[in-house]
Amino acid sequence: MAVIPVSRKPLSFAERTYIPQILGGLKITFKRMLKPAETMEYPEQRPEIPKHYRGVPTLVKDPNGREKCVSCQLCEFVCPPKAIRITPGEIPLDAPTGHVEKAPQAFDIDMLRCIYCGLCQEVCPEEAIFLQNQYSMTGYTRAEMVNHKDRLYELGGTLPDQHHKWDKKKAAEEHGNAH
Amino acid sequence: MDFFFQLPLWIQGIAKGLAVIAVLFPLAAACSMAERKISAWIQGRPGPNRTVVPWLAWIPIIVPFLQRLGVFQLAADGGKFVFKEDPVPGHVNKLYFIAAPVLAMIPALTTITIVPFGAYLNDVGQLVPIVLANVDIGLLAVLAISSLGVYSVILAGWASNSKYPFLGSIRASAQLISYELSMTLSVLPVFLWVNAPGGQGTLSLFDVVQVQSGQGFHFDSLWLGLWMPVSAFIFLVALFAETNRQPFDMAESEADLVGGFHTEYGAFKWSLFFVAEYAHMIVGSGVFTLLFLGGWNPLPGLPLTTVVHGLQHWISFAGHPLFMGVLGILIFLGKVGFFIFFFMWVRWTLPRFRYDQIMKIGWQKLLPLSIGNLIFYALLIALIQK
Repeated sequence: MAVIPVSRKPLSFAERTYIPQILGGLKITFKRMLKPAETMEYPEQRPEIPKHYRGVPTLVKDPNGREKCVSCQLCEFVCPPKAIRITPGEIPLDAPTGHVEKAPQAFDIDMLRCIYCGLCQEVCPEEAIFLQNQYSMTGYTRAEMVNHKDRLYELGGTLPDQHHKWDKKKAAEEHGNAH
Repeated sequence: MDFFFQLPLWIQGIAKGLAVIAVLFPLAAACSMAERKISAWIQGRPGPNRTVVPWLAWIPIIVPFLQRLGVFQLAADGGKFVFKEDPVPGHVNKLYFIAAPVLAMIPALTTITIVPFGAYLNDVGQLVPIVLANVDIGLLAVLAISSLGVYSVILAGWASNSKYPFLGSIRASAQLISYELSMTLSVLPVFLWVNAPGGQGTLSLFDVVQVQSGQGFHFDSLWLGLWMPVSAFIFLVALFAETNRQPFDMAESEADLVGGFHTEYGAFKWSLFFVAEYAHMIVGSGVFTLLFLGGWNPLPGLPLTTVVHGLQHWISFAGHPLFMGVLGILIFLGKVGFFIFFFMWVRWTLPRFRYDQIMKIGWQKLLPLSIGNLIFYALLIALIQK
């Protein structure tokens, strides 16, 4: 390894009086004082959330308003801190989406446990759970920090995808295979 | 006015004393707010801007402006200090522990009585200073009383009976004593100049301003800061050290001493130390303005009397003593305000000196410089005044 000797120059007289440095510093801080503040005044001004931000996990519905989760429980299994708890339920056969067969009866995410890793979103075969841009999660009790199913759908809203996977499946069942 | 002077002397004394407390205490508190705001602006933050008195919030423009400026925060902070619990740790010497903040306030509030902050022309056409006690020893009294402040630091550190306050107070007292020397030596040329041979000897701050009140650009009527810049510089540096401000912040030095001499203090007692520091700053800036920046005179070579005489042609009431007094006080406060801003500006610009650097600057640089300065001006003044 090459050794480069660096000579340290002795301080000049002006530098030893500190004065030029002090004046330079004062100039910098004065200029800074005239500029507008860099900070955001939080509750009124909100930061712009980047596109693929991983915020609070939420459940989404498809454009027809069908809940996309089929309670396969993959997210529950993959969740590293075991924050998700799903109670699977059945959809009655005579319902319009009866052919989907299953939907969660209860879906709880304990936000005191969640580590916002996004594995649930990654693993979901139905594109039903998403970490969206909500970053502020507060509550006064532990119970308040558990997001139940209705709250999850309220936070999640609708995913404007156009797959309509289960509608196509139903159509294929009724009219024979198109292929 | 006549009514006031007919009152018994002790009532006059108490009234003046209360006036000092009523003015200086809020002023010092306002300085703490200014400090927070200026630090915020320098660091690119808005600073405290939320607090508002709820039953005033409906007033348009003015109240939101004051709210953004953090004026109500000041009242909230002050109120908090009065009402919060004031703990006295079990291991302290109670008497001295409680005496220390009181002792800090006494010199801080006393020195202001000797500082003249304006002047007016009386019926006879004589210039009368606006000052609580126009004593002849003037500056000597300021220096003597303000250096009593070091006792509160020592007492606080000793009575706290804990190592960080103790170290802080030792450092602070060593620093205060070292810089007092150069401070005193730096003002000697000023008084050599003021006390011309043959005249009556004086140390009064009013007389120092009188010397700087000459008309026109004669060099003997200039502000002393212009023709004794080295004295002014040494005085300013020593002032920073005496008021324990950054970069001579050895008394507090929170990076290595938690909080310095007031580590064990809280609530109102702590705020007394704080107010005392700001009061020292105000008085120190006032004395600097009087000594080197012409006191209440608006510009070098343009004394207040000339300005008022000139204004009399335009405004009818300009000749009234009250007008001149208020104008003088405003000019004086403007200069003091600039220096207080300067103190804060420096604080949020510079890092703290190391303790050895402080001692080195004080004894090896400032003291020889002030001695050389004194000798130089002594010879020069001897040549000029013969």
